[in-house]
Amino acid sequence: MSDRPDHERIVITGVGMTAPNGNSLAEYRAALLAGKSGVVPFETRYMPPVLAGVCDFDPLRHQNRREVRRGTRAGSVAVYCAHEAIADSGLPWDEVNKERVGVYLGITEHGNVETENEIFEISQFEYDTKVWSHHHNPRTVANNPAGEVTLSLKISGPHYTLGAACAAGNAGLIQGCQMLRLGEVDMALCGGVSESIHTFGIFASFAAQGALACCKASSPAEACRPFDLARNGIVVAEGGGIVTLERLDSAKKRGAKIYGEIAGHAMNSDASDFVLPSRTGQARCLEMGLERAGLGPGEIDVLSSHATATVQGDIEEATAIGSVFGDAKTPPAVNNTKSFIGHAMGAAGVLELLGNLPSFEDGVVHPTINCPDPDPKCPVPNLVANDAKRVGRVDHVLNNSFGMLGINSVVIVKRPPNDVTSAWAN
Amino acid sequence: MTRPEIRGVILDILENIAPDEDLTDLNDSDPFREQMELDSMDFLDIVMELRKRYRVQIPEEDYPNLNTMNGTVDYLEPKLADTPV
Repeated sequence: MSDRPDHERIVITGVGMTAPNGNSLAEYRAALLAGKSGVVPFETRYMPPVLAGVCDFDPLRHQNRREVRRGTRAGSVAVYCAHEAIADSGLPWDEVNKERVGVYLGITEHGNVETENEIFEISQFEYDTKVWSHHHNPRTVANNPAGEVTLSLKISGPHYTLGAACAAGNAGLIQGCQMLRLGEVDMALCGGVSESIHTFGIFASFAAQGALACCKASSPAEACRPFDLARNGIVVAEGGGIVTLERLDSAKKRGAKIYGEIAGHAMNSDASDFVLPSRTGQARCLEMGLERAGLGPGEIDVLSSHATATVQGDIEEATAIGSVFGDAKTPPAVNNTKSFIGHAMGAAGVLELLGNLPSFEDGVVHPTINCPDPDPKCPVPNLVANDAKRVGRVDHVLNNSFGMLGINSVVIVKRPPNDVTSAWAN
Repeated sequence: MTRPEIRGVILDILENIAPDEDLTDLNDSDPFREQMELDSMDFLDIVMELRKRYRVQIPEEDYPNLNTMNGTVDYLEPKLADTPV
């Protein structure tokens, strides 16, 4: 996509995030290189204790207590990440035309937390619906997390969320790109958020499906084991990742530091099953992403896999990756972030991408941890397992994110162009 | 509940609804909304909390009675006379 004119090239100029093992990109990257997990025992309603990726950002950093009380957890995650991204971008926020800013956030689900809370509450009053909260609707409308960002930052441009199951984080980034190219906005705050650990339903449903990681592993940090023979399911996580996207010409003009350029992206559908992923659809999505980026399989240096540590899901994705990259002369180094933080649902795509962007600077690929016995049925070429790997210069990072109902997404980020201020030291 | 007890309950509710506000100098004769940040959703929280705690039903046409602390206590006194704190 670099043959596009600068006003059609989209770059990342600011990062705000919270993950179970870090509340800034620097903290998070350090944790990923140090093998530090964010998975801990967690209490949820009605069920025995579960495991979850839990964030410890301070919501009061950018909200007062009244705002936290009024809103949702996803809203607090989004507000924190959005403020951090804007501060990081160096934008003179007071001078920015807020009508030209768009907020596009991916979500896997929204509203379950509040609905479960309210049903529990009325159960304490013999199911008298007169005690059902008037806050229910504004908290559960699907645009809530993006809307809370606009309220907090006085953004009067468009805002909405994108329901895209676990491909949602990538979908948020893609939407931001598209709206910038269409000229709908001049700056996009986009990415994804998750409050999913606060709904028992997601744990109970994965458990009923036989897809919830249990305490078979010796410690919570070892529970999420993508591609490993002993993998036993998903660890649910909360979190958020929001970036500021701008057109390259305007980013250059203000001398913004640039983390990378969105080189290509693709989304498609398996059209085959409610829950089971498809190697065919995923491989096609990878091919489409590469085509649109004008890249061959051998030009991707790091591939951040979606793998959730379910038996079937990992095999399907590994097979898809193998079919697209297996014959490349220099296949990408493949890793996985869920092994550290669990599955951050709507935030997964963007968090997993962000954790790999510092490879542009340090030439190191963080590993997939908890993978001492790679499953031979997962033919991932060049899997970086257990220990970080120095690979040298990294030009392109590709992030996979897939979800239920057969939704697939790929985002490819290219190292910053030579003629700009890079966010990286080299 | 006595009048001071009712006032204490209302203060407790207000502190939960508006946790950033300092209510120590609240003037009982002036409208709540002139002394603190309190929008219509917050106001409904007061009504809801009274419903949950004491099963007091407050019809919408009576809401103006709850504009001030004095008005609220006046309105609730007969309704909560036989209710323990």
